[in-house]
This record gives sequence, structure tokens and C-alpha cells, in this order.
Amino acid sequence: MGQHTTTVTENDFASAIQSDTPTLVDFWAEWCGPCKMMNGPLEELAEEYTGKLTVAKLNIDENPSIASSHSVMSIPTMIVFQNGEEKRRLIGARSKAQLASELAEFTN
Amino acid sequence: MPEKMIIIGSGPAGLTAAIYAARAGLEPLMVEGMERGGQLMITTDVENFPGFPDGIMGPDLMEQIRKQAERFGTRIITSNVTEVDFSERPFKVWVGKDLYEGDSIIISTGASARWLGVPGEKELTGYGVSACATCDGFFFRDRELIVVGGGDSAMEEALFLTKFASKVTVVHRRDEFRASTIMSDRVLKHPKIDVIWNAEVAEVYGEQVVQGVKLKSTVDGQIVDFPTDGVFVAIGHDPNTKIFGEQLDLDEDGYIVTPPGRTETSVAGVFAAGDVTDKVYRQAITAAGLGCQAALDAERWIESHH
Repeated sequence: MGQHTTTVTENDFASAIQSDTPTLVDFWAEWCGPCKMMNGPLEELAEEYTGKLTVAKLNIDENPSIASSHSVMSIPTMIVFQNGEEKRRLIGARSKAQLASELAEFTN
Repeated sequence: MPEKMIIIGSGPAGLTAAIYAARAGLEPLMVEGMERGGQLMITTDVENFPGFPDGIMGPDLMEQIRKQAERFGTRIITSNVTEVDFSERPFKVWVGKDLYEGDSIIISTGASARWLGVPGEKELTGYGVSACATCDGFFFRDRELIVVGGGDSAMEEALFLTKFASKVTVVHRRDEFRASTIMSDRVLKHPKIDVIWNAEVAEVYGEQVVQGVKLKSTVDGQIVDFPTDGVFVAIGHDPNTKIFGEQLDLDEDGYIVTPPGRTETSVAGVFAAGDVTDKVYRQAITAAGLGCQAALDAERWIESHH
């Protein structure tokens, strides 16, 4: 993955979302054009919000059970977790500016 | 100093315009929009673009054209244009709070999938309602779903979705498809696909995820319940011209009006290319052709005004 985003899989997903630091999980796949558009914005946000927000990428082809257990039925879907709970769900690609404003409550 | 040329949109039309303009030394600035690359980004195999005998994936094709545009010095902003003012020159283009000025403008904002506009659709988008089979088909393995529409894109979606779904039902409001014969035949002969004729979706319902639709007969208005796990909408496209409505002449369907075979709009110095102005052909190759024309038209226009 990128320099500032991390990768989660079925093995470490459950522990990753338990963090007190909000964790945005980006559900994506190689064949999804709109997902690729999110790579740049997510990488930049991960860098800007280091320590405040963790950005983790989850490949749904390799980890189908997580997508299914969280009722992800469209990608890109980005879900913010904190202390194991889903706090926010964003469906569909958006600009970095829009993403930043939608995530403001977690990053201020 | 204003830009010599600002290109709005980054599908085949905008990027081809950028290649020509950049090679002509116009140093175009492209505002590519959030749906970068346009409709081809949500397609799979493109089999009819010349030069790719084995076909090419839509997103790969767009990535290559984009690289070609960048190679000659196109600068690209990844954001949406929020407002324009074409009432005087230089023309003004806002991206949020940022203002860009241009001596010429090429509009190639394309078209986007049309939604049904019925109760439940918006709430359940991303939870079983989709306008992108290639993005979301994966999530419907061994499920039953419907495709709404009767054109080529509905046929393509239905056929693609048979890879995943156990059953696909095409819902069409007329008693025959307007899709090409080859595509219609493939759908009608497919063992996994059923067709419901003369019906439209009146409502999508479900708790958290789609559970079904209400189908209304276009013949007698009767409403029937039809349980389904997913609703794929393929009822056509609308041009992305909302921000230009006050500034340029649009036709009754919202397309930017240009003279037949040309790219000039109702404002001198503003040009349009691709699906935003073409409701007849709407192909990647015709959009690219129009983008080339727009760049050449704009180049001549700039020369004659400086």
C-alpha cells in the first residue's frame, strides 16, 4: 500500500477497529475504477491526520467475509470505526476536500 | 495571467482535447472532476476502441490516455468545478474557493447515469441499489436481482451480472427492447435471465438492505410486489450541465447546443465536446474525435483573438 495507509486483512481486522484512534477502513478491489480514484486522497489524508486518524485498506477479493459481515454492497465504501464501533459510513468516491469535511469530527 | 485554455472534464473528449492543446503549446489546465476518466472507469472490456485488437479494460484505457495528455504538459486538478462565469473574458471557473481564469474553455463533462427517482431508491443506494454493475455485481453472488432498462447498457449490465447472480430479471417499461439486436438476443436467450415487459419500478423497499420492489404495469397501472436482493438501474444518462445552465444554450434534454458537426457553443470562446453535447453516438471514439475538434477550434479561436 501507500506510505501512510496500512493494510488490514481478515486476520487483523477485528483488532484494528478496536483502537481508540478512529480508523477509516477503505473497502476496495483491483477491478473497481472509482476505488482507484480514492487512493490519492486517502493517502494524503492519512499523512495529514497522522496520529488522529488511521487509514486502513481492505481488499474485498482477498477478505470477502469482512465485507459481507459489515453489509458492504458497493465499493468504494469507507467505514470509520472507533473502539470497535461503526461511527460513520461513506459510500462512493468523493474529493479529498469533501472527505476531509465529512471526517472533521474525528480529526479536530 | 489567465490560462490559455481550461478543460473541464477528463473522459475521452477532455483528454484528447488536452493532448492536442498541449502539443500546440497551449499548456491546458484540466479540472478533471471527481469522476475522473468518466464513464469508461466503470466499464470492463472495451472491445471497439481502435488499436486494441484484444480489447482493453476501460480504466486502463483512460489511464493511458491521461498519461499521454500529461506527457505533453497538461496540468490536472482533481476536483469538481463548482461555478462558472462566461459573461466576460477571461472566463471564470471556480473550484470551491479557488478561481481560475481562461481565455478559452472546453467543456467535456460527459453524462451520468440517470436514477429512477422513486421512494426508497436513494436510501438504499449502496445497500442493494446500484447504477454500476461492474462495481457492485461482486456483492450479489448467488442472489437474485433486477436490472431496470431496455437499452444496450441495460443488456450489458444484465449479461455481466449473470456471472454472479443466480437469476437476473430485466424490467422494461415497453414491450420490446431498444437495445441492438445482438445484445437483445443474448439477453433473451440467456438461461439465467428473465424479462418482465411493460412494467416500471414504483418503489424500492427493504430494512437496511433491498428486499424487493413494487412493479407498476405500464398497461393497466396494476402494482405487484417483486422480492429481490438488488436493483441495478440502467435507464439512460443525463448530461452533466447543471452549472452551465445560466451561461450556455442547452437543448430540452440539457445537452449543450453546438452547430451540427462543430464544437462552438452559444458563447464565443467556449467549446463543448463528447457526451455533454452528443446524444446520438455517445462512444469513446466519437467523444475523442469531438475533443480533438474542440482543441483545434479553440486553438484557431485563440489565434484570431490575440
